[in-house]
Order: sequence, then C-alpha cells, then structure tokens
Amino acid sequence: MSELGQKVRSLALPNRTDFMNTTDFAIEIHQLSFHYGERAALDNLDLTIPAKQIFALLGPNGSGKTTLFRILSTLETFQHGKVSVLGLDLSRQANAVRSLLGVVFQSASLDRKLTVLENLRCQAALYGLAGAELSKRIDEVTEQLRLRDRLKEIVETLSGGLKRRVEIAKGILHRPKLLLLDEPSTGLDPAARLDLWQALTQLQSVDGVSVVLTTHLLEEADKADCIAILDHGKSVAYGAPGALRTELGEQVLSVLSTTPDQIVQWLAGQNVQAAIHQHQVRASGQKVAQLIAPLSEHFGSQIQSVTLGQPNLEDVFIARTGHQFWHETPSSDMKRAK
Amino acid sequence: MTPVTIEVPKPNSSAAVMMLAKREWVRFFRQRQRVIGALGQPILFWLLFGTGMRSSFQSGGQDFMTYYLPGTLALILLFTAIFTTISIIEDRREGFLQGVLVAPVPRWTIAAGKILGGGAIAWVQAMIFLTLSVIIGTVTPSIDLFAVAGLMAIGALTLTALGVSFAWPMESTQGFHAVMSLVLLPMWLLSGAFFPVPLPQEGGTVGQWVMHYIMRCNPLSYTVSGLRQLLGGSAGEGTWMPSLTSCWIGSIAFLAITFSIAWFIVLRNQRARN
Repeated sequence: MSELGQKVRSLALPNRTDFMNTTDFAIEIHQLSFHYGERAALDNLDLTIPAKQIFALLGPNGSGKTTLFRILSTLETFQHGKVSVLGLDLSRQANAVRSLLGVVFQSASLDRKLTVLENLRCQAALYGLAGAELSKRIDEVTEQLRLRDRLKEIVETLSGGLKRRVEIAKGILHRPKLLLLDEPSTGLDPAARLDLWQALTQLQSVDGVSVVLTTHLLEEADKADCIAILDHGKSVAYGAPGALRTELGEQVLSVLSTTPDQIVQWLAGQNVQAAIHQHQVRASGQKVAQLIAPLSEHFGSQIQSVTLGQPNLEDVFIARTGHQFWHETPSSDMKRAK
Repeated sequence: MTPVTIEVPKPNSSAAVMMLAKREWVRFFRQRQRVIGALGQPILFWLLFGTGMRSSFQSGGQDFMTYYLPGTLALILLFTAIFTTISIIEDRREGFLQGVLVAPVPRWTIAAGKILGGGAIAWVQAMIFLTLSVIIGTVTPSIDLFAVAGLMAIGALTLTALGVSFAWPMESTQGFHAVMSLVLLPMWLLSGAFFPVPLPQEGGTVGQWVMHYIMRCNPLSYTVSGLRQLLGGSAGEGTWMPSLTSCWIGSIAFLAITFSIAWFIVLRNQRARN
C-alpha cells in the first residue's frame, strides 16, 4: 500500500491501526440493486466491509439495511450486482458461504419448545458438527456467553436478554468467520445491550470474527469500529464513527426552545444556517460558541436549554443526505406495511 | 481481489435429517394437547360411532366397531400427520425455519426431517391404538399384524408428505384448516374408512357410479382397504374392494407421488419468507 493510501485510510479510521495492514475484506459489494416491485430497496450499492472488525450498517427504516442483511445471509437472491463474502461469490457459492456465516436474526430463530442444549445440538447437526468437537464447542460458547447453567432450560421460559445470548451462542457454535446480526439490540434492556456488546467485542478481538450488524440506533453505531450509513438503498457515509463526526469539524449548537422559528431567523441574521428537527434548533459552524451569550440575552425565557457539543452521527446523516434521520418517507411506510 | 482459500466444512445431510426428525418427536410429545388431539379424538369417534351404529350397520359379517377399526387407524395417521406438518407454518412464523434456511444443508433435508419425524410419530400413535385393540380383543393377534404395521408406516409417511406439500407454501394455520376440511377429511371419508365403497348395480343411479369411481380413484382407499383385509375384513355384498396386491401397489404408488410433490414444492419455493 502506498504511503498516501495508508495516510488516507488512517485518517478515515483513526481509532483502528490494524486496519491499515489488512488487505482482505469480509464483504465486497459492487453495484448491488434490489427491487420490491417498482421500489428500489438497494440502488447500485457499492460497499466494502473490512474483515475482523465490528461493522455497523446504520440506517433509518426503509433505508435498505434489512434487505441487505437478507441478501448477505443468503435468504434473498438479488437481481443485479456482485457480492463477495469472504472471497466467495454469493450468487454462485451460496452454500459455501453459508457454512462460514453465523446469522443472528432480529426475530427469534430458536425453537421455543426445546431446551437451550437441544437448540444448540440441532444447530450443530445443520452445520456438520458432532462428537468431541461439538461437546468442546458447547462448553466454550456456553462459557463465553454465560449460559452454562441454563442448558437444560426450555427456551420459552428464558428472558429476552438470555434468549438473545442463546441466539448468539447458536450463531457462533460452528466457528463462523463472519457473524451477521440484524438489529441485535432490539427488545433488550440496557444491561442486556451491554452484555451483547461485550460478547461481540470479545468475538472480534479474541476470535478474530468479522462482525456485521444492522442498526437504526445512532448510539449503537457509535460503538462500532467502522460504519456505513444507508439511505434509500445507497451508502451515504462510510468510515469510523469518530472520523465521520470529526470530519464535520465543527461544533454543533442545539437549542431547545418554545419559539424555534424565531431563533432560526435570528441565527440567519447572524449568518448562521440552522435547521429544526425533533423540536431542536441545530446549527453548526466555527462561530456558534460565541453566539450563546447573545442568544440567551435575546430570547431569555423562551429558551429551555442550550447545548454545545461535538457533532453526532445524526448530524453526519443530515450533512450527507440533507434530511433528518427519522424523517418518514412514503417508501419507508410502504416497507413497514409490507 | 486476492483469491481466498477457506476450508469449507461439509455438513452431513443425513445427520441433519435425523436431528430435524428428532426435533419433531421431542416437540410433539412435549406438547401434550397434541398427543391427546391426535390420538384421543379418533378413539373417541371409534367408541361413539362403533357403539351408536352397531345395530344399523352390517358389512362383510363385521359389526361397525370392527369395520371402523382400519378407518380409525387411518384417521390417527391423518390427524398426527396434520398436527406435525402444521408446525412448518409455525416454524416459519416463529423464525426457526429461517435459521435452517441459512444453514449449509440442502433444502430437501428440512422436508425429509419433517416427513420422517412426523411419519414416525403418526406410526407410533397408530401402533399404540392397534396394541390397545389387541388387548381388548377387537383384533386377534396374528402374523398379519406385522404387515399391518408395514402398511401403516407407508400410510404415515404418505400423509405426512401430503401435509408438507400443503403446509410449505402456506402463510397461516387458518389456510391449513381449510385444506383439512375441504381436502383431507373428505379424502378420509371417501376412502372406505367410514362406509364401504358401493358397487354400482345394473341400472344404478348416476350418484352411485360417481361415488364408486371417486372412492375407487382415492389413493387412500387402497391403504384403508389393505388394512381392513389384513385385519380379517372382506368385501360385503354390493361393495367393492381391491385385491390385497392392488392395495400394496396403490399405497406405495401414493407414497411415491406425495413424496415427489413434496420434493417439488420445497425445492421450487426457494425463496424463504418471514
């Protein structure tokens, strides 16, 4: 790799040094399109997902991330484009890809009537795992996910967090090279989310598994090594979350007020562009910090709070797409109705 | 892109089939209401109809209790096969199926596991009833009972394969109930299970002819009739019954046909749905 190339990459991913030395990608997507009737869920998507990292596909509902997940997990066949997973062609070598993939679905894929152990054994049979190797793996994954004392329990009696842990145990039982997870935090309480991330980080750092997850939660994407933000079936931002945020370079001023329109007008008078979303006025620029005092003087009690901070991933999304993350488009409604 | 050589493990299809079959088994017997539904209702029918219709029924020198026994066996096979294959729809809805669909096993292993597991459950249930009938003396023990067991095994696999063919493309269990009452139960009723196949007389009504040929073309008639003959029954006056050889051929042919249909449907419907 050229020196310049290294520099560019290290700029894009400042918190990952090992990434510079890896040339392999877990997933390479080239010109991928997928249509539901007339509507394009994925629109000439180009994306590379680095190996041995935690990668998050962030996007609002209807952005195409679930469709992408279904394609990558081999549940859905695609119409146009080329996808290679761990160097294998997804459309021609789907079965080979399947044995290297661990898949954790958003909806449960466990048999609720079976015990944890029976579920794991069932999974093992599907992946050709048996005998001493299977016993060893069951020991390992149940240790890793702290499920040892739950093996004999019937799945439907377990809590949501435990069920998700069993799902992950099931997904990694056959030592996949790549673990795919669809909205893994959905339905989990904060403690269970923390557990989940600990497990994922351990998998990635200790076992060298490439982890790819979809999420619509900005704070979850922030924890990934590298992310891609999807919008309307296209990748609109790509890189380490920290790098994407600092790329905006500026501080963000957000004002919670009863009269947001007047504040936007006033800011425009100060040559600062501002926008309203989720009842907040948000403006970025080098001078926004200096505006806090005159702003509070001018609007006084109409202001409930003023915050100055680093841009978050939502700001990145707005900067790249020109619209809000939670903006409901007709197409996203359609997708949900489906 | 640099070519990557990754060692791809080869999953064992037969191990997967056996595991999926075993799963059916465990699930079925863990849900007690299923066992009761599949075994209890046919036995209840047998006792009620057998007792109630004793005085008004005569065929081939048998009372209704004896006549209706092969039909009850077929009904137990049918009910159990239906209860186990309906679980395909639940598997799809509850998400278990998607986990199997992303596994590196051929798709037919799912259907094979279902048919083998469901068929074994149906067969065991029918065997339990047969054993009970021997104990209470309705059936006399003989060497033919081994043939009965064999024919029931064929029937069990056939009906489970048929159930898989119906359940696989279905979105809801409600749809399956429609199939049950419009296809499967009429098929059972018109198999000679409940009343003998009428032999059309010279100058008989059109209805008689139609009924005769519908029942004669019903593949299940051959299994029921085979069971009846192996259990000592014979054609009564004015009724039709195929030869025992025809019964075996008909039953095996029906098995081959339902297997092929199930195979075709599962492989054709490659796209998994949630």
